[in-house]
Amino acid sequence: MFLSDLYNETISAVLSNKARSGLTILGVVIGIASVIAMIAVGQGAQKSVEESIQSMGSNLLEISPGVSSNKTGGVSQGRGSAQTLTYQDSLDIAEQISSIKAVAAELVSRYQINFKGNNTNAQVVGTVPSYVVINDLNLELGSFLSDQDINNKNRVAIIGSGIRDDLFGEGVNPIGQKIKINATTEFKIVGVLEETESGGVFGSQDNMVIIPISTAQTYLSNVSYVSSINVQTETQEDLSLVEKEITELLLIKHNIISADEADFSITNQADLIEAASSTTQTFTLLLATIAGISLLVGGIGIMNMMLTAVTERTREIGLRKSIGAKRKEINNQFLAESITLTVIGGVLGIILGWFISFIISKFGGIATNISAYSIVLAFGVSMIVGIIFGYYPAKRASKLNPIDALKYE
Amino acid sequence: MIRLEKINKIYNSGENETHVLKDISFEIKKGEFVAITGPSGSGKSTIMHIIGALDSPTTGKYFLDDQDISLKTDDELADIRKNKIGFVFQSFNLLPRTSVLRNVMLPLIYAGIPKEKRYEMAASALESAGLEKNRWHHFSNQLSGGQMQRVAIARALVNNPSIILADEPTGNLDTKTGEIVLKTFRDLNKQYGHTIVLITHEKEIAEKADRIIFIKDGTII
Repeated sequence: MFLSDLYNETISAVLSNKARSGLTILGVVIGIASVIAMIAVGQGAQKSVEESIQSMGSNLLEISPGVSSNKTGGVSQGRGSAQTLTYQDSLDIAEQISSIKAVAAELVSRYQINFKGNNTNAQVVGTVPSYVVINDLNLELGSFLSDQDINNKNRVAIIGSGIRDDLFGEGVNPIGQKIKINATTEFKIVGVLEETESGGVFGSQDNMVIIPISTAQTYLSNVSYVSSINVQTETQEDLSLVEKEITELLLIKHNIISADEADFSITNQADLIEAASSTTQTFTLLLATIAGISLLVGGIGIMNMMLTAVTERTREIGLRKSIGAKRKEINNQFLAESITLTVIGGVLGIILGWFISFIISKFGGIATNISAYSIVLAFGVSMIVGIIFGYYPAKRASKLNPIDALKYE
Repeated sequence: MIRLEKINKIYNSGENETHVLKDISFEIKKGEFVAITGPSGSGKSTIMHIIGALDSPTTGKYFLDDQDISLKTDDELADIRKNKIGFVFQSFNLLPRTSVLRNVMLPLIYAGIPKEKRYEMAASALESAGLEKNRWHHFSNQLSGGQMQRVAIARALVNNPSIILADEPTGNLDTKTGEIVLKTFRDLNKQYGHTIVLITHEKEIAEKADRIIFIKDGTII
C-alpha cells in the first residue's frame, strides 16, 4: 500500500460522514483553541507583570526604616513611618560596600506648591544626584541636582512635566522661575522632567518635585531621618550579596546584635520579580490544566467516533482483509483517520485560539502573548491525542477475524 | 491446482467440540468450473474459507498451486488472498458512496500496483465482467443488484487470481438476474479460462457448473 493510497483512503473515509467528522473535529478545535488562548492569557499576564517590575529600574534594593516583618510582638508603626534611617547611612553604604552603582536616600512628603496665583499638591522628593540614575529619569529642560546643591542646601527644584503644565501652562519654559513649597519656602526651578509614557506604576513622575535632600530636611521637614534608601547594584547577580553586606553594615552602625531585631528592612527586586512570575506561572498552569481537560474531552470524542466507525465498517474491514489487506494496513488506516481528524482540529484550533486571544486583548484589555512554543505544543498534543485515542479502535479493527467480519450484520 | 488432503476442521476442541469437516479430500484443476453444494450446516462454507485462505484446517493439507498453505501465519494468508484468490460474496460487499472504478481498483491498492496501471486493469476486469461502460463512474449504491454483483466479479478478477471463489453469488438476486450473473461466470470460464469455484445450496444453480462436489455432514458424497 502506497502512502498516497493511505492518504486517499483516509480522506474519503473522513469525508464519507461529514457531519460526524465535523463534530468530532469541533471537539478537538475547542480543546486546542482553549489551550492556546489560555496559555496566551497566562503568558501575557506574566509578561506584563515582569515588564512593570522591570520599569521600576533594574538591580534595585530598597531599604526602608522600621522593624522587619518577622519580628513578632510590639506595635508596628508601619513601614516608612519609622525614623531609623539617616542620610549618613546612605553615605556609609556608598562608601563601604563594593559592587554598588548608585545609592540614593529619599525623604518623601506631600506639599502644596504655589506659583503666583496657581497652586497644586505634589509629592516632594528630597534626594541626591544619583536618584536620576536609579530611577532612569530624563530631563526635558535644564539640569538635575548637583553635589553643590546638596552641600550648600540650595533651594532648587526639578519639577515633573505635569506640575509645569499645571503651574505655568503647557510647553512654557519655567527655568529660573521661583515656586513656593509649603507656602513659605521659595525654590528656583532648574530642570523639568521629561513626560513619561505610561505614567509609571507607583504614582507618576510627572507630578513630582525633586529638591536636594539636605534642603528638604532643613527647610521643609526639619528632621534628620530619610524615608528610604535605594541602592542600585552593578549586576543582578550582586543583589543578594550586596543585600547581605548592607544588612551587616547597618546592624553594626545601629548597634543591633541580632538580624531579627533590625530596625530596617530590605526589599530585593529580584525576589519581587521571582514572586510575581511564580504567581503568574501558577496562573498559566491552572488555565492550561482547565484547557487540557477540554482537550481530553475532545480526544474521547475522537475515540468514540473511531469505535463507532470500526463497528459500522466491520464488513468493510472484512472485505479489505479478504482482498489481502494485512493487519498493519488496517491498523494504519484507522490510525491515519484519527490523526487526520485531530490534525485538522489542531490547525483550526490554533487559528481559533489565536483569534480568541486577539479578541481578549483587543476588547478585554488583557495582554495576551502567543508563543511559538504554545503552538508547537498544541499541534504536538493534537497529534498525540489522535494516536492515543485512535490506537485502541485501530487495534480492534485490525484484529477482526475476516470470516466473522464478513458475516457481521 | 487446488488439492485438499484429509482436511479436518474441529471447532471448540475439547468437551463441546464440533467436527465440521471430516477427512475431506478433492482436487480442482486449472480452468475448471466447480460447484460445491450441500444443505446449510453441511460444512461447505468452511471449505470455502479454507480454500479462500481465510481459515486454516485443524489437520490435513491444502495445496494451492503446489504450495502447502495449511500452516501459514495471518499475514502470509493475506498475501495468498491478495495474489491468488478473488472473492465474490452473496451480499456484494461493495464500498458504498464510492465509484464503481474505485471499488474495482481496491485490491490493487493492497497489491501495490502502480497508480498508472490501475485504471487499465480495472477497465479490462469490468469489460470481462460485462458491466456497461456508462456505469463505471456511478456510485456503487446507485446500481441494480445484478450490476453490483458484476462490479464485485470485476473486483475479484482485477488482480488476475488463480481462482475465483463465489459464495452464494445469486443468493440476493432474482432468478433472471441470477441467471445473467451465472452466465457471466460461465463466460469467464469458457472465454478467459478462469478457474471458478461456486458455493451454493441451490441445486439448479450448482447444475450450471461442469462438476458438482456434494457435501453433507462434513463429508463428500
